[in-house]
Amino acid sequence: MSKILNPEPKVIAFLCKWCSSNAADLAGVTRMKYPDNVITIETPCSGRVDPNYVFDSLTEGADGVIVAGCHPGDCHYVVGNYKTLKRMLLVKELARQLGIEEERILLEWISSAEAKKYVTVMKDFIEKLKRLPPNPLKPHGLISEVKH
Amino acid sequence: MTADGKKSSKTTNKRIGVFVCHCGKNIAEMVDVKKAADVSKDLEGVVFTTHSNYLCSEPGQKELQEAIKTSKLNAIVCACCSPTLHEETFRSAAENVGMNKYEVEIANIREKCSWVHTNREKATEKAIKIIETKVEKALLNEPLTPASVEVNRTCLIIGAGITGIQAALDVADAGFKVTLVEKSPTIGGHMAQLASTFPTLDCSQCILSPKMSAIAHNENINLITNAEVTSVSGFVGNFKVEIKEYPRYVDPDKCTLCDDCVKVCPVVVPAEFEGGLGPRKAIYMPFPQAVPSVYTLDIDNCLGIHPLICSKCRDACGPEAIDYDMVTKIKNMEFGSIIIATGFDLYDISKIQEYEFGTDVDVIDGIQFERLLSSSGPTSGVVLRPSDHKKPETVVFVQCVGSRDPEHHMAYCSKICCTYTGKHALLLKDLAPDTEVYVFYIDIRAAGRGYEEFIQRAQEKGVIYIRGKPSKIFRDGDKTIIWAANTLTGERLEVEADLVVLAPAMIPSFDTKSISLITKCSLDEYGFFKEAHMKLKPVESLVSGLLVAGTALSPKDIPESVAQGSAAAAKAISILSQPKLYHEPLVSTVDEDKCCGCKVCQSLCPYGAITFDDANKTSVVNEILCEGCGTCVSACASQALILKNLTHKQMEKMIHVALKEEAK
Repeated sequence: MSKILNPEPKVIAFLCKWCSSNAADLAGVTRMKYPDNVITIETPCSGRVDPNYVFDSLTEGADGVIVAGCHPGDCHYVVGNYKTLKRMLLVKELARQLGIEEERILLEWISSAEAKKYVTVMKDFIEKLKRLPPNPLKPHGLISEVKH
Repeated sequence: MTADGKKSSKTTNKRIGVFVCHCGKNIAEMVDVKKAADVSKDLEGVVFTTHSNYLCSEPGQKELQEAIKTSKLNAIVCACCSPTLHEETFRSAAENVGMNKYEVEIANIREKCSWVHTNREKATEKAIKIIETKVEKALLNEPLTPASVEVNRTCLIIGAGITGIQAALDVADAGFKVTLVEKSPTIGGHMAQLASTFPTLDCSQCILSPKMSAIAHNENINLITNAEVTSVSGFVGNFKVEIKEYPRYVDPDKCTLCDDCVKVCPVVVPAEFEGGLGPRKAIYMPFPQAVPSVYTLDIDNCLGIHPLICSKCRDACGPEAIDYDMVTKIKNMEFGSIIIATGFDLYDISKIQEYEFGTDVDVIDGIQFERLLSSSGPTSGVVLRPSDHKKPETVVFVQCVGSRDPEHHMAYCSKICCTYTGKHALLLKDLAPDTEVYVFYIDIRAAGRGYEEFIQRAQEKGVIYIRGKPSKIFRDGDKTIIWAANTLTGERLEVEADLVVLAPAMIPSFDTKSISLITKCSLDEYGFFKEAHMKLKPVESLVSGLLVAGTALSPKDIPESVAQGSAAAAKAISILSQPKLYHEPLVSTVDEDKCCGCKVCQSLCPYGAITFDDANKTSVVNEILCEGCGTCVSACASQALILKNLTHKQMEKMIHVALKEEAK
């Protein structure tokens, strides 16, 4: 197993209020445990997650960003999650071109019944981020000096 | 723990109260609630903080209301359990003391914090962070008022098969006016064509015609046949609809049903009602119990409504009911809600070339067989084969013709074919016990009260069930040959039949696509209408006030269609009986100064809530149609679209505050 480069990665998770946010609630109700490095921001739909928010989170210092929505075909607003899927492909491509590791950005479909999946996604993501160096876009990081 | 000396937020005039709940030990054990309340005191705009044992209890709510009054709070953040549990509780508590309920924010520090973490110090830090994000959001929240609209207390029902009929009667019986629009000259739909219904075998006409006649006589029902809906605009409570009524060239008020016109008409064409197995004239009534009870002149087959060509029917009409000068009428009407009940069609099984439907006249479909069984049908209820009018000695039924065949045809199960094929076989055995009857099936799916027993009854009567789908059906002289394999025994079979009856897949009715475009009700992968939620909103569409019922949604039998008709009626009544309709104000809106008129947002909205103002060259959101998903907001390059109380600014602030330690 590779070395731990960042023991306490910070994560912002954008959760759709109809599915993944409820999955997180269910994880709580069933007292499942997962790391406390994630701050969640709830949106009515994953479609509300502007690609800018992913980059905002990264430039403000998050080591990783999760966008979680309803499974394809299950969107409360019919097709919002399909728009998210398209946007996130673009976001990842843009991140890659900017020299940010794609692994820092995660799109997941988590239904309101999938508490276990929610917990697994959070745990796995944080484990993966621990093995990456701190986000280079962090305000005190390498790139920020160029930015300011 | 008040902070009275502190001024409200400089930027927004917000006076925010933060209430941290212990939830007994549920939160307090893992989160230092006192610390969370203390730290919140220093946040911008926060003028009051406290922590209490059970915020949702009566004393807890009283404390909250007292604080709102005494500290003149205009926004609150409750740090407690999930908003799905008590958001409404705190919203109404706040509203009762004069605060706008959209200024209430919930910071979920139980399910998303205390219950899932194990380090008290870190959990407290995280809880504070969650509260901070919500305070940032509360600072920029605006007081909102739900939009209210008047309700037009009438209902439009599109399609008058059994589902539409049931819905119309139920809505009308509740005292509301109904307009029932039917495309064909009579109501009744497919059910009128059936000989009898499974599993009780009651005569279909006998149970349907009283309902049809009730439609004709109900004062609250305005029936428009030979008509279609050509446009729908507006929104729940206020739909504007255009209905095109095609001329039938016969005045229903004058027609006495003497049949003189039919006798003189020189044109004979296959009757649609008989599945093409019987004749009708160009002026006709589809069947004797038709509603409205009046003739219709089929202009496509008539020699011409010009008296020089043929005016036999008009000349023969004593009461002068026939009027060649009738024209298409366009009716513009308004409705509070709409029920779509456009039903189904049968799959075009002539596409299945190996079965020779359409080339061999002794290969017929289920509806045609119903007409052969019907005592009012073309053979007066005696089963005769179409090619020579002889009684068939061997009859083969084939199920799943076009259904459950994802590679070539429809992937889904049409649900009713197993049971109605059992019915056909059973009735045939009753009429002609010596007939050899075979049923080819893939699986028997007869779920429903009495259905499985019904199939067993057919088997006990001597109907031979063979598990296997025929590979080829072809004509050989006087007989039709079926090649198949019995998949239970593995043997190859060849059956010589006199008559073959296919059970075609049920598909969305022909007009489904165009009605979907007109009403913006979305379709599923097969082209059926899609309900808002498969389990919990089975007759609602995603368009508020637009309901869908029956086989327009998916294949169904009669009891299910009737139940859905009634369900849709109940939903319509619950809309029509509101004094006013209120719509959640958390919706999108357009900043006209920023909108560049690119229309990207329009193509993203699944509700058709965004239109374009040609004069201003900007997009406009209809706040009644908008459901507030915010997908358009994230796509607007000029940031002209705003989701109320979840603006870009609010999102950015929340992200910023959640990560402020990282920025140090």
